[in-house]
Formats: sequence, structure tokens, C-alpha cells
Amino acid sequence: MTVTPEQAFAPRDLGPVGDAPTAAPHVIDVREAGLRETNRILRESDGTGRYLLTAPRGAHALAVGLTEPDEVVIDGPTGYYTAGMNDGAHVTVNGNVGVGVAENMMSGTVRVTGSASQSAGATAHGGLLVIEGDAGARCGISMKGVDIVVGGSIGHMSCFMGQAGRLVVLGDAGDALGDSLYEVHIYVRGRVESLGADCVEKEMRPEHHTELRELLDRAAVTGVSTGEFRRYGSARTLYTFDVDNASAY
Amino acid sequence: MCGIVGLHLRDPDLEPRLGDLLTTMLGEMTDRGSDSAGVAVYGNPDWTPAGSATVTVLADLTDGLDARTLATRVGDHLGREVSGRELGATVLLTAGTDPQTLASAVRTALPEAVLVGLGSELAVLKGVGLPLDLASGFGLPGASGWQGVGHTRMATESAVTPAGSHPFSVGPDQCIVHNGSFSNHASVRRELARRDIHCDTLNDTEVAARFVAAQIALGAGIDQALAEMAGVLDGFYTLLVSTAEEFAVVRDPIACKPAVIAETDRYVAMASEYRAMAHLPGIDDARLFEPEPGRVYHWRR
Repeated sequence: MTVTPEQAFAPRDLGPVGDAPTAAPHVIDVREAGLRETNRILRESDGTGRYLLTAPRGAHALAVGLTEPDEVVIDGPTGYYTAGMNDGAHVTVNGNVGVGVAENMMSGTVRVTGSASQSAGATAHGGLLVIEGDAGARCGISMKGVDIVVGGSIGHMSCFMGQAGRLVVLGDAGDALGDSLYEVHIYVRGRVESLGADCVEKEMRPEHHTELRELLDRAAVTGVSTGEFRRYGSARTLYTFDVDNASAY
Repeated sequence: MCGIVGLHLRDPDLEPRLGDLLTTMLGEMTDRGSDSAGVAVYGNPDWTPAGSATVTVLADLTDGLDARTLATRVGDHLGREVSGRELGATVLLTAGTDPQTLASAVRTALPEAVLVGLGSELAVLKGVGLPLDLASGFGLPGASGWQGVGHTRMATESAVTPAGSHPFSVGPDQCIVHNGSFSNHASVRRELARRDIHCDTLNDTEVAARFVAAQIALGAGIDQALAEMAGVLDGFYTLLVSTAEEFAVVRDPIACKPAVIAETDRYVAMASEYRAMAHLPGIDDARLFEPEPGRVYHWRR
């Protein structure tokens, strides 16, 4: 899984990331530079940088807390919280990621070419997270506005207490999808193992086809029709007080 | 926390490197548990010579006692020669007999020692301290073998002592390492005691090891034994269970604790996190996946 800087920053690898910087790529060997030095260089960048991180070897907390629209390509598998708290950067991981990729992202793009472990995009407020492979359990847990597009399948308890944003799954969803859901729009192309409490299937109206098409385009997913998806959302019976429960207090 | 690593080799050419690969795996998991560690190695001709039984004990080696004097005491009971060697805090006792016969001679001859492993293929080494310091004390980097498991401990359920370190090996050539905790281990320990199955420590994982060993002794396969265990022991866990034939991984029904598996033609590897496997040969082309909750994955030799 070794790429040259030219390959790493070829448009096909990055997907749509807006006005991409054009500066010469800066290569950082994570094993040599160390995690703190790597993250320091990224954090001090002014938003015009392009960085290729090599030999990540499953390191945790790589490229976290970035606040400028730099482009970062990580060539190889990473550990926990990759690109966590991202606010504007465009991060691509060529490989798998550990727990909590793009957790609490505010804006920007995070793309994973492999699969993600649990809690991908947890609590994220904005931006776009694309996982080309599968995502594990609790994908999009408590998401607050992020858009997540998963090319494969997602694990159990995904979108638990999801508050806002959109979750698109091209494969299947595990048990208890959307349990205690608030206002996330969930689109699943494959089979849903089971729906969580207060999550129901809803009609795909024209505006949902439009919304889904726009998300698939942004994620650079091609060859898929919006008609292949089903929509799920909140029945909205859990998040208002039910007078029948008054005696419990 | 706690970290788990395991390596089940398919390619005999890798066997001379088992200990070296396992040492790096263990060291990478130090962040997940740095108070104690342990390993179990299957098929090391030096530690477990073919055709003999090996029992691992933890014993107080003060007052002029050493591995040789322990071996002599056991040999006197057994009526045949027993060799002893000290590796870190553990003592390996080896004799040309079967594991149960040697184990009962050890229990009689050394009533104060804690028996932490028995088998004809298996050496269990454990102690208190930093994982890489312990591994070096065991001579693990130079050890060969066809299967190995390891554990880095962040103690929650019992004291930080060599006996409380993983792996737990209570049946012949069987071994369990655990990331997580069991909440009802005290009541299950009492249930087992009523069946005359007794624990050496107050550790929750030992209860699981005793339970699984009892199921296997009754004829259950590893799948069945772990399914029974999941019905009785409550808590969160990733478990790696190994025997002289098998290598199995199971997670609790909501998959609270991490696990990653890498499979190639040359090996099956398992670890709490990918970074423990990043140095394995051919890892870039391995089939990598996270085990599903509640499902037993196992590989046979």
C-alpha cells in the first residue's frame, strides 16, 4: 500500500473536496516523525498544504483537530479517532481505520478507502464522512448533523440517538438501527436486520430522492439508483413526554 | 482496558519467528495494560519437549529454593526424573509422563505453589511488570512454536499479582485470555465450588476458564463450551481461547470490547487493535475483519 505523492493526490483518490490546494505535497513518515510531531505540522498548516502521511501502522489520533482546509492523505491503516474533531480539512485514509473515525467532526471531508471499526462519525456535527468498505457497530451514534455515506454494511446499534444529518448505507444494516432516533434521515439499500425503538420505515418522497442523489454524488458513488433505497426515520413518540408515564415520576 | 494478542501459524517456516512476532504484538498493547502480562506458547521444543508433560507453577523462590529443588521434590513423588527451569516469576516443570499425573504430583509435592498451566504442548509464562520486560525475562523473543497468545493487563477485578495475570490455563493445553470483566463471577465461582471445581484466585477470568474447561471435560467442543459460558457468565468480554488443536475468538453480545482478526495463508492473528499486527509478514494483503458480537470464530490446526 505504498503510493507516490502524485498518485496520492490524483483527483480520483480524493473525491470531490471543493477547492483543493495545489501546493507541492509534503511527505511525513509517521514512524520517523512520531505522532505528536506529525499532528503539530498538520495543525500549524495554513490551509494550503497537501500532506502525505506514510507508515501510520495503526497509530491512534492521527490528523486530529485540524481547522484549515488542507488535504491530508494517510497511506495505510490507522487506529482510533483518526481525523477526530476535523473542522475543514480533507482527509483520506488509504486503508482501514479503528474506532471513532471523524468523531465529532464539524466540517470538511473524511474518506476511508477500507473499512471502519465501531462508532464511525460519532457525535459529528457537520462535514462528510465516506467509508468505502464496511463500518462496524454504532456507526453514526449520536450524530448531530454530519453526512455519512457507507459503501458496504454497518453494524448493530448504528445511528443510536441520531439527532441530525443523513446516513446512507449501500449494503445492509445490523440490529437495532436508529434506536431512540431524533431527526436523522437514514437511507439503506440492503437488508435491515432490525429497527430500534421509535425507528420506522418512511416513504421516499421526491425531495428524498433529490437529497439522496446529492449525497451519493458528493460521495462520488456511481452506478446506483436512488430507487434502490428505503428510508427510515423517527416515529417521534419517544422524545416528547407521554402523560401515561406520569406515574413513574 | 487490557490487551489481547494471538498468533496461530499455518506456515511452519514462520515457527522459528513465533516468539519474536508475539513479543512485538505484546509490546504494542502495553498502552492497554501495563501492570502485568503473560504469554502461552504452544510447541516450543525447548520449553515443552515432545513426549513429555509440562506444568507451570508460581512458587515462592526465596529461602534457597530454586527450580531445581522444586523439580527434585516433584520427582521424588512421581518416582521419575523431573526437570525444572525458572523463567521470570514462573517455573516450568517437565517430566516424561502425562500432564494430569505430573499436575497431581506437583499439587502433592508443592502444596504452596500455584499451578498456572499444564499440558504436553503448552508453556504458560506470566508475571507483574511491563510486558516487554517480562517477555525479555521469559526469553520470548527467541522462542519458536506454532501458536502463541498473550495478554497485557490493566487490573480491575482482582489484585495485581503473578497469579492474577493472564493467560488462565486450567485444563490440559487450554488457555484463555480476556479483555473486559464478568459481573457475576462470584456467584458462578460458588456454583462451581458446589461441583468441586475450585479457583486459585479471586480473578473473574479464572472463573470463565474453569467453566469452559469443565464443559470441555464433559465433551463439549470449543463452540459449545463458549456458548454455554455466554449463557451463564454476565459481563463484557473479548476472549481468545486456545487448545492444542484450536484457536477461537468470541465477543460479548453487544461487542463492548475491541477485536481485530487478520487471516492469511501463513497465519491467523488476533489482537485488540490493528497496530499490534502492523509488523506481521504479509499484513497488507491479509483479510482483516472485526468479529461479530456473540459469534464464535475458530480455526483448527
